[in-house]
Amino acid sequence: MTLAETPSFAACPGCVIAPAVRAAVPDRPAELILALPGIHCAACIGGVEAALAGLPQVEGSRVNLSRRQVSVWGPRGMAPEPLVEALEAAGFEALPMDRAALDSDRDPAGRALMVRLAVAGFAMMNVMLLSVAVWSGATDATRDMFHWISAAIALPAVAFAGQPFYAAAWTGLKARRLVMEVPISLALILAVGLSVYETAMSGRHAYFDAALSLTFFLLIARYLDHRTRAAARSAAADLAALEVPRVERLTTDGAETVDLAALRVGDVVRVRPGGRIPADGMVMTGRSDLDRALLTGESLPAAVAPGGAVAAGEVNLTGPLEVRVTAVGADTALNRMVTMIDAAETARNRYTAMADRAARVYAPVVHILAFAAFAAWMVYDGDLRHALNVAIATLIITCPCALGLAVPAVSTAAAGRLFRQGMLVKDGTALERLADIDTVVFDKTGTLTDGLLRLGDVPQGTAAGVALALAQGSDHPVSRALAAGLLEAGVVPADVADISEHPGQGLMGRWQGREVRLGSPAWTGAAGSGPHLSLGDGAAVPLPLESRLRDGARALVDAFRAQGLKIEMISGDAADAVAEVARALGIDTALAGLSPMDKVAHIRALEEAGAQVLMVGDGLNDTGALAAATASVSPARAVDAARTAADVVILQSSLAPLSDLLTTARSAKKRVKENFRISAGYNAIAIPLAVAGFASPLMAAVAMSTSSITVLLNALRLVRRAPVKGAA
Amino acid sequence: MNVLVYLIPASLILGGLGLAAFLWSLRANQYDDLEGDAWRILMDDDDDAPKEPRP
Repeated sequence: MTLAETPSFAACPGCVIAPAVRAAVPDRPAELILALPGIHCAACIGGVEAALAGLPQVEGSRVNLSRRQVSVWGPRGMAPEPLVEALEAAGFEALPMDRAALDSDRDPAGRALMVRLAVAGFAMMNVMLLSVAVWSGATDATRDMFHWISAAIALPAVAFAGQPFYAAAWTGLKARRLVMEVPISLALILAVGLSVYETAMSGRHAYFDAALSLTFFLLIARYLDHRTRAAARSAAADLAALEVPRVERLTTDGAETVDLAALRVGDVVRVRPGGRIPADGMVMTGRSDLDRALLTGESLPAAVAPGGAVAAGEVNLTGPLEVRVTAVGADTALNRMVTMIDAAETARNRYTAMADRAARVYAPVVHILAFAAFAAWMVYDGDLRHALNVAIATLIITCPCALGLAVPAVSTAAAGRLFRQGMLVKDGTALERLADIDTVVFDKTGTLTDGLLRLGDVPQGTAAGVALALAQGSDHPVSRALAAGLLEAGVVPADVADISEHPGQGLMGRWQGREVRLGSPAWTGAAGSGPHLSLGDGAAVPLPLESRLRDGARALVDAFRAQGLKIEMISGDAADAVAEVARALGIDTALAGLSPMDKVAHIRALEEAGAQVLMVGDGLNDTGALAAATASVSPARAVDAARTAADVVILQSSLAPLSDLLTTARSAKKRVKENFRISAGYNAIAIPLAVAGFASPLMAAVAMSTSSITVLLNALRLVRRAPVKGAA
Repeated sequence: MNVLVYLIPASLILGGLGLAAFLWSLRANQYDDLEGDAWRILMDDDDDAPKEPRP
């Protein structure tokens, strides 16, 4: 049961881009968990397990249809990528999943609550049956015997099942806070204690059944609450994984490999192609292209030459670089980002959940009422036993059964409905915050676009063939996009000889005796931006690249607009690329070239102007904005840190299900408010009766059960109306 | 009323058996995948005892 505590091995640079995968404890075979957002039927179970059984490294696999995931067992160090490929070949969308968010069912705490719930339920049923005999008129010795048997069942049951409440009440009292658990614990202990006393005195009223049903209903609330709350790991801890632990330092004696911590300002490090830049610095020698998408959101790789600045976390793509370090550790741009995210998260944690706000008002009121009833009856007839009885009846009847269920029942129902549509709600208070959203801010790269490049206009004539031949000679992302686009258009590569790659600039080759070049405008002698092709005669031909819109992006933006939401786009990418996507989607407010700090500042400015902002983003550069916004969403394929900071993760690659998120959140909030009204209504009738001394154990039992069940049924209406989208 | 001497212990024991059965099924992971198990029982080639390293 300790699988959730296994360490992350996301320290390798490549793992950071793919969502983190956790390996099992060393002496056991590794267990990987893949999310399967699309599975829905018996055939899928067989299909997935058969597809995985065909792989040599897989020792076993088990699909869990309720959680839409599959556990795969294999040797240690088993990589998730081949599994995902095999499943995608078989037609199932799969992605390695963050375990902490998904396996709330398997945790020991949830199971312990379930055991307490079962004990409370068993005891409640038996005591309730015995109580029926008392209510229907058992007297004298028979009544006493039934009370004694009830006491024998209720005392151990309440002592065992009520422990979560006693513990929480004690913690609250130690911190000098009157939490909801204080009146609960007080009611439980007093009710059972007084009932034992009454039984010993052959009294008429015993509240054993009430104490047990109170425990039972409140444990249901607690269990639901536990299930909705997913373990949120710190975004800052994940960010640190982006750093490279070992670096290659160049000294006068040659190269040596040292720990990142040993790096000092002024050192020279070598970064090979495919490696991550370890610290902020300046390029000494070498030319290359850097992938900055994760840090800045730029869709095109940026070229660097000697004298150019590089930042920790960027990926070196084409040529080896020697970098003189200008900042290490806490001074790097990456670390400033961690600090910023921490600050943004603290700001959001000030949000108080509706249930807590209700409890803050409710708990003192209950105590004051019960005490007032006790004092009034003491003054009126001076009978301590009667006054205590009334006070306890008040405590039991006002006890927040329905109030405690009001929020968790609704969030469980809403989270279940969203899960069937491919969204994972990670935070317990997320739905309440989502209900208030009036502004949606999107990131561009990787969120509205899928991060891949596509060739815009295919050039005509011989130029296309030359471009294809040159593009095929390189692994640079731009070259690959060009080659794919040209091949798709049916272009045949021309006969280009002596192709050579010049990192940071482009490609060069010889075609029909002429020197042809493909690459940056400076390399091909053109004006403007983006890749160009030069045939050695006349002007260079531009090869416009555009980003591809993600599935469902257009539908989502239209749906949000139809819901009357203000839509904005903020991106770190170049202005023309941003403007193009904004035009395609009809977004009026689109800001380009923003740094991660600018994004946070923009969100802050919007919120200070009174807007409730939903941030949708996937990159490291969005993480601060995700944490600062009222609520946040990130796609499952986003950076680990972004997914951790987000409240909701979309499991499918399409954005379309997101349009239902806000509607569901709003109806969930409506149900919560209805539930508060229902439980307040019951109390409005029951409290005067209890204070006036008319309450009987039978009345307490009826009031408690009906109000709790009404609240549960009201919450379930959310499930019933759920359309199942995207599953088939 | 003497019949109560037998009936009450009998009902408590039966209820206790139910509780024990529930706790056993809970510990045996029988509630992990309610939806999937409902389908698996209809599958001809499903392995009733899958090899699974019990954590």
